[in-house]
Formats: sequence, structure tokens, C-alpha cells
Amino acid sequence: MTKVEQAVTRLARNDASRVLALLADRFGSIDVADDAVQEALIAASATWPERGIPLNPAGWLMTTARRKAIDRLRADRAERDRQEKAGALAILSDAPLVGGANDLIDDGDISLEGSGTSQLRLMLLCCHPALDPKSRVALTLRLVGGLTTPEIASAFLLNEPTLAQRIVRAKRKIRDAGIPMSMPTSIEERLAILLQVLYLIFNEGYLSSTGESGLTRPDLHSEAIRLTELLSQLTDGTPEVDGLLALQLFTMARSQTREDIHGDLILLTDQDRTAWDRAMILRANNVLNGALADMSPGPYQVQALIASHHANAASDDATDWPMIADLYLQLEQMTGSDIVRLNRAVAVAKADGAHAGLSVAESITTLDQHHRYHAVRAELLRLAHRWDESLEAIDRALERQPPPAEERFLNRQRQQVQTERAD
Amino acid sequence: MEYMLINHTDPNGPGPAPGTPEFEEFMGRWMAYNQKLIEGGHWVAGASLAPPDTATTVERANMEAVGTVDGPYAETKEVFSGFYLIKADNLDIALALAKDMPVDTGFIEVRPVAFRPDA
Repeated sequence: MTKVEQAVTRLARNDASRVLALLADRFGSIDVADDAVQEALIAASATWPERGIPLNPAGWLMTTARRKAIDRLRADRAERDRQEKAGALAILSDAPLVGGANDLIDDGDISLEGSGTSQLRLMLLCCHPALDPKSRVALTLRLVGGLTTPEIASAFLLNEPTLAQRIVRAKRKIRDAGIPMSMPTSIEERLAILLQVLYLIFNEGYLSSTGESGLTRPDLHSEAIRLTELLSQLTDGTPEVDGLLALQLFTMARSQTREDIHGDLILLTDQDRTAWDRAMILRANNVLNGALADMSPGPYQVQALIASHHANAASDDATDWPMIADLYLQLEQMTGSDIVRLNRAVAVAKADGAHAGLSVAESITTLDQHHRYHAVRAELLRLAHRWDESLEAIDRALERQPPPAEERFLNRQRQQVQTERAD
Repeated sequence: MEYMLINHTDPNGPGPAPGTPEFEEFMGRWMAYNQKLIEGGHWVAGASLAPPDTATTVERANMEAVGTVDGPYAETKEVFSGFYLIKADNLDIALALAKDMPVDTGFIEVRPVAFRPDA
């Protein structure tokens, strides 16, 4: 990447959404604001190599995008006047031209002050319940994260037209259905969707890190953390937001030890704890402690607390498994999720032995189609020395088409069980 | 903007019988809702439709009427049972009004109006 390319990418990631949010507020149209910002970024790539990078790139972006938005609105208005003069019918499906003539007067206000609330409303707009869930993710990365459509497509291993279509459709629905960029009456409901979106982007980071095509993919782990940090600032450290942020940081701190050089999974028990990112764990501890001090518990804080017990334990044996089992029980009560119960089964096995863990696992009836359910049962059965049943569970897990790394792991497990049985 | 709130409800679903005190109360809720729309400046039009067994569906294809059949367009448990045409500044306001509608059980589809010749 050249210096200019780096500067433009930084501008897109760090400042574009502030500018977009302010322009959307000013001109009442996400479409106009987004197009203007995109055009300004293209102009930056085209002109900066010769003219040099401006001293204040964010200010430059605001000025340039603002001018492009006004040009576009003037052109739209002129076109409408022309058509009306030509006696054409009122334009039926045209974007509603928002506001009066005042909007088109360039008052030269290019301040980025107070962009925070606009940016928060933009984030919440991207997660409006009237948008379909897949679009929410794409739109958040595009409009708030400042990622380009090709970048998002490659991060999600989707083809570009599919993703572009998704974004276009979502923007069209925002425009045509009149979805406002205003503060929702129930911020909790909307914030819950937004956290879900950020959680999903973070988890998708695993997918993007195991790609084989040699493309440089944006690191979704870092993008999710960046956006969650931004949300934390904008909502003044809401406990569940910080819970999610801490969870992401704990997970990120261990990410280098999760796989070996062949891309094979390394279980938590076997991970090299000296390679964990201590500084990041300390930061996560601080964020989590701040969240917990508010005494307003929620599922992300509980998950972060579980992650913190792992991250701060000196070894697998030194881990407070009874506490973790208890936290999983709390999480299960909050979410009603059988996946959580499956995780609890593992923690209970560590705390009270394989039999206790197995009885929790076997109380689950809804996960028969999940390879992980059978993989966990296989491991617990192995620990209980029920070799034949363990092998059978491994077969069932393999039949359910696990991802390649898990498939290799299960095959190694099978060999181990066979060896143990022979002893 | 204008939105149409389209009700899809089960004609055999729960609801009080006409003449009972519960029915009076039920109608009262609808009257109050209508009043709220009028006073809030949202009202454009609204109607409750006769049951689907009174419906007749006309089909057109290639710019011609090709058939007329007895019954509503889609045979589902829920039927298109009524509508409101309202004015609201944005979808959030329209959704809030839809959520307040005293429908016992059913779905309310909210759609922006694209064009209305008499508007």
C-alpha cells in the first residue's frame, strides 16, 4: 500500500461514518450522504498523490463530501424542475427531496463537532428491526465501519454482487419505507440487535482468518472491536456494551494460540498460556470490572466473566471450574440456549467429573444435528472410559459435516480413544 | 409519508360475540384507536372488510382480465380483514401506531404508499 492508499483507508475507517452521519442528518437522506462520502473518498485517491495529503484529512472529507451532496441535490432539483416544466407527471418513485431551499445554501458549516449522537443514531439505524438480519451486518460494516463492498464481500467469503445487492436493497428500504435515523423510543431493544450484529462480526473473524485464497481480508476481529469501542464511547460505557467489548478482548488475546501452524485446533487445555496477550487481558479485565460495577448484569457480561476466568487462570488445572459451571448456569437461565447448556456440561465435567457432565449433556434434546454436541459427548464418554460409545459419538459428529479443522481434530480423537481402549 | 396498515387476522379467531358487554368494550377500543388516529393527524382512511367468503378475485394476465373466481386471493388461516391509511412522518411512528392497534391476534403489515392519485 502506498502512503496515500493508507491515508485513504484510515480516513474511510476512522472518519467517514462521522461525516456520513452528519450529512445524513443535514440532508435527510442516507443515500445522498453515502454517495457523497464515497465520491469524496474516490477524489482523495485520485488527487492526493499529486496534491499531497491534507493536514486535516477529516476536515477535508467533510468539506468535499458536503459539496458533493449539495451538487447532487441541486442537480436532482434541476432535473425535477425540467421534468415538471416538460409536463411530465410528478415523479412517482424518485427519492423524496428532503427539506426546503435552505438546505441547498452552503452555509460553510463543516464542523465535525457533535458528530457523536449522529453517529450513534446511524449505528442504530443500521440495526433497525425493519431491515433483514444479513443486511444489518453488511450495512453496519459499510456505513459505520467504513469498509468497502469488496472488502466486506471478501471478509464474509461472499461474492461481491450478492453483497452489493444486499446493501442496495437495504438502503432502498430505508429510503422508500421512511426508516428514520432518529433515537428509538426503546433503545434497549435496538441496542440488543446492534450488540448481536457486533458479536456476529467478531465471530465471523474466525472464518476470515482461515481463508486460503491469499487475499488480504479485513480482520473482522479488529473491526468488531473498533466498532464496539466506538459504541462504548457513544453510549457512555453501557454495561452490556462493555461486556461485549471485554469478551472480544479476552478472545482476541488468545487468538494466536487457538490454532497450530497447520490450522489445526488447539484445545484451551493445551494452549500455550505464555503466548497469550497479557496487555490485552489486563485491558479486558479493566473494561469488564467497569461494566460489572454498574450492577446491571446481562448475557455479554456473563460470557466475558467466563472468558476472564480462563484468561486469568495460571493453568487449566488452576481454573475455577465450579465457578465457570455456575456462570454457565446463569447464562443458560438468561438465554434459554441449549448450546450454552452444552458448554455447561463441559464445565460441570471439569468441576465434578465426567459422569456429572454427561448427565447435563444428555439432558439436551435439541442439538442432535450439531456436530459439536456429539463431539462434546464423545469427549465426556472418553473421560468416563466408555470407549465404544465415545467412538460412536465421534462417528455421529463426523457424519454431520464439521468444518475441516474440526474434522481433523475428531479423527485424532478417534485414534486416541482407540489407543486408550487398547491399554 | 403515508402508510397503509394492513390487517391479517383469523376470522375464526378469538373475539366477543355482538350484543355482549365484552363486545361493547371491544368496539370501544377500536373507537378509541380511531379517535387517536384522527386527533393525532394520522387519519386518511380506514375500513373493516366483510368476511373472505364474500370475496371474489379477478385475475389479469397480459393486460387482460383472464378469470374471476370465488374467494380471496390467498387461502390462509389469516385473511386480509381491514386496513388503515395513515399519515406519519416516518416508519417508526407508523410501526408504533400499528403496535397499538387493538387487534386481538394477527399480523399487521405496514407498507408505505407509493402514489395516491387523489392526494
